Amino acid sequence: MKLKTLVAALAVGLGATGAFAQTSTGPVKIGFITDMSSLYADIDGPAGGEMIKWAAQDFGGKVLGRPIEVLTADHQNKADVASSKAREWMDKENLSMLVGGTSSGTALAMAKVASEKKRPFIVIGAGSARLTNEDCSPYTVHYAYDTVALAKVAGNALVKAGNKNWYFLTADYAFGYSLEGDASNVVKANGGTVTGAVRHPLNASDFSSFLLQAQSSKAQILGLANAGGDFTNAMKAAKEFGINKTMKIAGLLVFINDVHSLGLSNTEGLQLADSWYWNQDDASRAFAKRFFEKYKRMPSSLQAADYSATMTYLKAVKAVGSTDADKVMAEMKKTGANDFYSKGKIRADGRMIHDMYLFQVKGPKESSTPWDYYKTVAKVPGDQAFTTVAESKCSLIKK
Amino acid sequence: MEIFGIPHQAFMGQLLLGLVNGAFYAMLSLGLAVIFGLLDIVNFAHGALYMLGAFSAWIMLDKWGVNYWFALILAPLVVGALGVIIERLFLKHLYGLDPLYGLLLTFGLSLILEGVFREQYGVSGQNYPVPELLSGATNLGFMVLPNYRAWVVVASLVVCLGTWFLIERTRLGAYLRAGTENAKLVQAFGVNVPLMVMLTYGAGAALAGLAGVLAAPIIQVTPLMGSNLIIVVFAVVVIGGMGSILGSVITGLGLGVVEGLTRVFYPEASSVVVFVVMVIVLILRPAGLFGKEA
Repeated sequence: MKLKTLVAALAVGLGATGAFAQTSTGPVKIGFITDMSSLYADIDGPAGGEMIKWAAQDFGGKVLGRPIEVLTADHQNKADVASSKAREWMDKENLSMLVGGTSSGTALAMAKVASEKKRPFIVIGAGSARLTNEDCSPYTVHYAYDTVALAKVAGNALVKAGNKNWYFLTADYAFGYSLEGDASNVVKANGGTVTGAVRHPLNASDFSSFLLQAQSSKAQILGLANAGGDFTNAMKAAKEFGINKTMKIAGLLVFINDVHSLGLSNTEGLQLADSWYWNQDDASRAFAKRFFEKYKRMPSSLQAADYSATMTYLKAVKAVGSTDADKVMAEMKKTGANDFYSKGKIRADGRMIHDMYLFQVKGPKESSTPWDYYKTVAKVPGDQAFTTVAESKCSLIKK
Repeated sequence: MEIFGIPHQAFMGQLLLGLVNGAFYAMLSLGLAVIFGLLDIVNFAHGALYMLGAFSAWIMLDKWGVNYWFALILAPLVVGALGVIIERLFLKHLYGLDPLYGLLLTFGLSLILEGVFREQYGVSGQNYPVPELLSGATNLGFMVLPNYRAWVVVASLVVCLGTWFLIERTRLGAYLRAGTENAKLVQAFGVNVPLMVMLTYGAGAALAGLAGVLAAPIIQVTPLMGSNLIIVVFAVVVIGGMGSILGSVITGLGLGVVEGLTRVFYPEASSVVVFVVMVIVLILRPAGLFGKEA
């Protein structure tokens, strides 16, 4: 009896959602799946979701006469959680567009779902350049940065400054491998050598052992191919063990939140690549001020990109008068982005090509106002920062 | 000279680092063992209490400029007091029930505590500086050991041995052990058993808080620092034998070393090696290395 009721209830439930999925008059739904509670939650997380909502509000709350609704979910850095949530939203909520947050494993998994379901998928927080190379899809836009750009912008500058001999401390998952591989290529292309690498688990509890191994390699420079809490704890242990006296340390993916939490005295002089910094121009400062009033901290480049990407998408929907994935993708690839975050164009492989920056962390004395942390060392044009057409491994690029 | 294909010096260095991490495992699993042994509560809130210890120290420094040495005493007192409140408000209703209830309750508490701190402070973490007296490092010949880490090992050994002595070798400890065997009988002799149990949980919580303060200068103080550690610590307790005090200390140090060496030979496995050991121990000795077969 119980079983019968259950089956009946399921049938009714499935039938109802099946019918619902056919409609295209309800709200335009934008989904956002990211790390909401673990080590990457500050650089993107709940505030990133709020930026998407801000963009929807600033756009007027409506597009094509339909209200805009933003759904958010925590993927807990698990690829299976991310992809099943994406699938659920696309099947049952008639999701129009998905924004992918931090962690490359989850982004690669969601890209497959989005490609299968034919929905635009804009990746912000995840870095693996595989998203627009081996695993590229006509529905993926890689909006903010990627591992190739980080490697080229930070790596080139460091190798040219004479740091030829590298050793990597790498987070043991898709993003870490991509970053280590891309950085190794840049080092070798500039005549440097890579002595070795040690891989640490994500969210590692202690870095001293890995750092000691790095030190015994006698390499000149230690590349940290990790991010978030792993980066800050590795930096902290490196200082404690005096690694920074025998080797130069390069953070390959550093966000302003990391610098803030470590403090300028622990990070002074560190060079890093990023796609945006709040104190760049008036429009960025205005956005940052609004963010600061709510969160009492400055936005990361990812949070700025979350806002910008949503705007870019909504503008494209308005321009083509439809949420049809193919039409919107074509429009976005035609017009690109143009706002305080960046002026960029979106290539056939989905890579957004825009300027990247090499920043250097100021010393405690140079920093005049709160969160005044970076000085710009170089502005690297997009076509030099990202994978070139010739280097691309994406089948969508015509060479 | 080489050991297992790595230079002797590097091997010694990694052994020592393993011991430092093991010191944390030992101190945390000690608190768990005391609480389980005397209260029959599987205290899942232990990681959150550890986090609270570190945060209390950081808040004291940040807000009132209380230095490390005072925090080392004050923060465990704060966490211990919270432990007493938790015991009085919640846990005392659960004695005599299936241990599963205690586990679920303390797990829920730890989620709440973590959530509150995550909401308030974010996950990026706060930087707690190494106290001046212990900054710097000593060259041991085979490695450069930061003075602070040496202090951690010494402090944790003193605390662990002190706790063991208190419980196994003093009259108070005898009351405690007797109280867990047969509370009614001990009460009949005029010992205030509920008070004793309350203070025991408070002391276990204070131990976790102390471990948190000791860890603060080494890692970023974040709301997640406890949950990253607690599962490993539970594995340590299971391997050592639930409730065995000396067992948890020895196992904690030993597994720290095993984990440290794994970081050299096969770094990718360093986060799972403890659980592999756990599986093997459970198959061969279900009661744990130092536990008594039921």
